[in-house]
Amino acid sequence: MAYPAELKYTKEHEWIKIEGNTGTIGITDHAQNSLGDIVFVELPKVGSDITAGKSFGTVESVKAVSDLYAPMSGKIAEVNPELANAPEKVNTEPHSAWMVKVTLTNPAESSALLSAADYEKFVAEEQ
Amino acid sequence: MTDNSKIKKVSTHISQNEGLIFEKSSPGKKAYRLAPLDVPEVDEKQALGKIARENLGNLPEVSEIEIIRHFTRLSTWNYAVDHGMYPLGSCTMKYNARVNEVVSRLDGLAGAHPYQPEQISQGSLQVLKTLSEQLVEICGMDAITLQPAAGAHGELTGILLMRAYLESKGNPRKKVLIPDSAHGTNPATAAMAGYEVENLKSNAAGMVDLPSLEAQMNEDVAGLMLTNPSTIGVFEQQIGKIAEILHSKGGLLYMDGANMNALVGKARPGDFGVDVMHLNLHKTFSTPHGGGGPGSGPVAVKKILEPFLPTPVVVEKNGKLALEYNRPRSIGRVRMFYGNFGMHIRALAYIMANGPDGLRLTTEDAVLNANYIRKKLEGVFDLPYSTPSMHEVVFSDKLQAKNGIKTGDIAKRLIDYGFHPYTVSFPMIVHGALMIEPTESESKEELDQFIEAMKAVAEEAETNPELIKNAPYNTRVSRMDETGAARKPILRWKP
Repeated sequence: MAYPAELKYTKEHEWIKIEGNTGTIGITDHAQNSLGDIVFVELPKVGSDITAGKSFGTVESVKAVSDLYAPMSGKIAEVNPELANAPEKVNTEPHSAWMVKVTLTNPAESSALLSAADYEKFVAEEQ
Repeated sequence: MTDNSKIKKVSTHISQNEGLIFEKSSPGKKAYRLAPLDVPEVDEKQALGKIARENLGNLPEVSEIEIIRHFTRLSTWNYAVDHGMYPLGSCTMKYNARVNEVVSRLDGLAGAHPYQPEQISQGSLQVLKTLSEQLVEICGMDAITLQPAAGAHGELTGILLMRAYLESKGNPRKKVLIPDSAHGTNPATAAMAGYEVENLKSNAAGMVDLPSLEAQMNEDVAGLMLTNPSTIGVFEQQIGKIAEILHSKGGLLYMDGANMNALVGKARPGDFGVDVMHLNLHKTFSTPHGGGGPGSGPVAVKKILEPFLPTPVVVEKNGKLALEYNRPRSIGRVRMFYGNFGMHIRALAYIMANGPDGLRLTTEDAVLNANYIRKKLEGVFDLPYSTPSMHEVVFSDKLQAKNGIKTGDIAKRLIDYGFHPYTVSFPMIVHGALMIEPTESESKEELDQFIEAMKAVAEEAETNPELIKNAPYNTRVSRMDETGAARKPILRWKP
């Protein structure tokens, strides 16, 4: 699966789509593939703060429970309600099955993120 | 499709179907007959009034032979170490010697009651005392509590002891360091004890990365929880230095004793700087494991932690053994009575039946068996760490993944060959891990059968990957929908 160029990526395998001061966050195809079938996604409440590089939730697969790391800091504006009953969306459409929408508090943090090409290279090196 | 001349250990066998015991129930059936009443009959509804229970719930009503067949049939669906090799890495599924059972069934021990007075419990107290002394000696520590009911419970007890000690020094501190190769119970334990967990990277050899440890260790860190040998079966060669780094900043070294079966009689944690550790009697000391438990997770400590041990402790007073409850600095009780006493008897029987030389030989055989498998399967399966193995060996599915076969698939196919699967996808630092621990219990013949089975599955991964993806075939049920079970669990039987 190709990594969309309009998304930015982290080395912890999250993606973020930045539109104005809103960031939409999910996990990458590589992440879902390594985790295996996802059975549960635990996300923060609307209104809570998340910090770049820190855990903001967990994703549970048949194999393991893993932390979700915030690509950028901000306040949770929206949580994808669909994932509560259909966590498999993260497996089938990783780059459109978003987890949270965040009102970004420090847009400058985006400079630390990876482009699609850089992320693809990083994944190839990691394997 | 399932016929395979390489499957030698097992053949199919008639297996009885069996429903739930509730489904066999029919009203009025019973497995007993009471003698005729020889006292005046009482109407319980009249005697008890409102509190007399009318509806006894949904208890099964069956005859004796139905009960016997029910559980006997279920037992034939099982796989146990008494059937064959159980190479579940990290779990140490060793044989539970029958001598343990003989000793634990001695009248005086089996019939003892936890509330019976101390003067008629001297034998039971002596069991606790002797086992304590022997475990302390084996670990090179100073004192021990036998109370914790299993490994993770021991971990929590150990970390609470650390916390109590550091608090007595004026500051419980904030963080506990845990390597990325650790059992998941370690971070859970630290969090339960109120600590923040900080991840510690492993180096290329699969050991603690010393520069990272030095950089992360400071006066905020209560200590390090370390499994030695680690979960990839590798001895921490810098363990002395690791302890030194922790101690120099006032921290403590906790050892997860899950893999103590690789050290017994050879190296003592107390001698290489460990301050507190737990043992798993149901692993290293051959007491029953899993459903056959219960477990037992004694915690051994250095002198500095001794005042904080859970109450009661066994003491000697005027030539008699007694239980001491008056310990003002104790963290308190962590388990009712004195822990899982039945397991203490079995562990003591195991230690005494083996003796020092026997225990040493056991450790050597466990390490020899793991290395024999490693040598025979190297090249057939990818070996991510070339550091010498101790009691278990961790391969990865890298070579088979090319054909879409993952560690879980290989494990399922191994069932068709008559073996219990190895540990799948753990430790997390190895992608697609196959974690194999034969223990000392296996003969060369059984090991060779296992090795041949693993080779045959690796060959199938090349020649017929589709076959592996749908395995097992020879079991009562084939591949389960594990994802479905996790996403939409059915947790209750309803009539």
